[in-house]
Amino acid sequence: MNLLRESWDYIQTHQDRFLEALRVHVELSVYSLLLAMIVFLPLGVLAARSNRIGPAIVGFVSAARVVPSIAVLFLLYPYRRELGDLAPFWPTSFALAVIALTLLAGPPLIINADAGLRAVDVSILENARGLGMTEWQVFSRVQVPLALPVAIAGIRTAAVEVIASATLAAFIGAGGLGRFITSGLTLYDYSLLLVGAIPVTLLALSAELSLAGLERLVTPPATT
Amino acid sequence: MPLSDHLPNSGRHGSRIEFDRVSRVYSGADHAAVSDVILTIEPGRFVVLLGPSGCGKTTLLKMVNRLIEPTSGTIRIDGEDIRQMNAATLRRRIGYVIQQTGLFPHMRIEENIAVVPRLLGWPKESISQRVDELLDLIGLPHAYRRRYPAQLSGGEQQRVGLARALAVDPSMMLMDEPFGALDAITRLRLQDELLAIHRQLGQTILFVTHDIDEAIRLADEIVVLRAGQVIQHGSPLDIVTAPADDFVRDLVGGGEALRRLSLIDAGSALNRNGNVRNEGLPAVTSDANLRTVLNLLLQTGTQKVTVTDENGAPVGTLGIPDIWSAGLERGTES
Ligand SMILES: Nc1ncnc2c1ncn2[C@@H]1O[C@H](COP(=O)(O)OP(=O)(O)O)[C@@H](O)[C@H]1O
Ligand SMILES: [Mg+2]
Repeated sequence: MNLLRESWDYIQTHQDRFLEALRVHVELSVYSLLLAMIVFLPLGVLAARSNRIGPAIVGFVSAARVVPSIAVLFLLYPYRRELGDLAPFWPTSFALAVIALTLLAGPPLIINADAGLRAVDVSILENARGLGMTEWQVFSRVQVPLALPVAIAGIRTAAVEVIASATLAAFIGAGGLGRFITSGLTLYDYSLLLVGAIPVTLLALSAELSLAGLERLVTPPATT
Repeated sequence: MPLSDHLPNSGRHGSRIEFDRVSRVYSGADHAAVSDVILTIEPGRFVVLLGPSGCGKTTLLKMVNRLIEPTSGTIRIDGEDIRQMNAATLRRRIGYVIQQTGLFPHMRIEENIAVVPRLLGWPKESISQRVDELLDLIGLPHAYRRRYPAQLSGGEQQRVGLARALAVDPSMMLMDEPFGALDAITRLRLQDELLAIHRQLGQTILFVTHDIDEAIRLADEIVVLRAGQVIQHGSPLDIVTAPADDFVRDLVGGGEALRRLSLIDAGSALNRNGNVRNEGLPAVTSDANLRTVLNLLLQTGTQKVTVTDENGAPVGTLGIPDIWSAGLERGTES
């Protein structure tokens, strides 16, 4: 309890620093997740639509998943200049962190989009065609809505991973709530560590809960 | 715009479907799934494709709405080669119902029914009005509009599938074992309703089943298929009384025994040795057929029925063994 009290006091006395870290953390997470969705959801669609390259894509990203997020960050670090140039409007370290987190979010997005689309009963799709839907209408009006719950579950996993891993951005000086955690660890100051850890947990939890809610919302009701 | 403007087929009869030497060979298969089929289906006829599993019924059916393309031959609808038409446009003109209902689980009942009208760009009010009409036609309460398919029973779902296929009053319907997954009572009821709808609307129906009894109940004409070929094409009576070969005879076989029982009357199978004055037994008149008697025995759970003459005077009794031997005798005669 004392520890929490101290953490709270820290936040009170360093409001600007805390809010700045929180803003950076949220921005890192949101940009990374959006970028990952733009890049990897279409890749998941491609994987689901091609029996030739689909399994290869899914196999590759499943394997790539074992690379820990911190390793992704350090693997990219030597190329920070080139990668930073991709997003000149961001500080280099921020850009690097966004790229690493985007890659991290890829596997669950691809895997779930592919699985969700493939799980749709082929007889339902054929029936949609039989009623006179064009291929695009079959995809957009039937297959995608039915794949949505599984795809959103992937987005949920990705969001939680990204929010949690964004703490590592502090290691390369990109800021975020991870700053307090790294400082707390080096200084053996657990109250400082909590200043980072608790908000990160709350952010991850709220992403988890709101996306789980969305998932339920788009799931067709089963037998009542 | 009145609703009827969207239903160009209203008051018109069904389409003519012609198969002209139609074959379909699947890649890798050693023989054709459908082989050289020549068949004309006259407007407004209820035609049943009958045959064992794997004989090519579904393949033949799906070639009509181009879910499967023939490897050779031509299919014409009202004289027009269907390859000349846009596939999606063609399909919107054809009602399509399958066994698994194919209802879209994420759409409410009203949305499911409205799929084709929406593809055709009907205005909202016309669609809504049509959904109500269709719910009336298939006997579901309007309150079902807002439900999802999973909240309906199998029979109700199949009704919705039927309503969806009927939405734009198509001049022809393709139905692939639509009642195959239903219990016997629901199946009978839906068969009756489908017949009533056909009588009312007069569209051409091409209906697939492997169930001879269903075929006989529904069909104006039965087309018997074996290994992708048409073996016999005729009225239900033709098929039952004059099977073209042993294959058709076997196909008709199981149900035929019961149908034969319905041709024998109780009086001629009477067991005159029984205790005629057996009180408390259900009674039938001597002109009742044996199928009715069998039905009565099974329903009441009694061993025998009393057979009476037209004045109600008992003339004998009839039990399962009597029906059995009567059925056997007549069976070997023919
Ligand atoms: N997509 C397909 N690819 C290869 N063979 C198929 C395909 N669909 C059906 N067949 C084969 O074609 C034959 C006819 O099948 P089908 O038309 O489904 O018969 P039915 O509907 O009478 O059961 C069967 O031997 C079946 O195995
Ligand atoms: Mg079939």
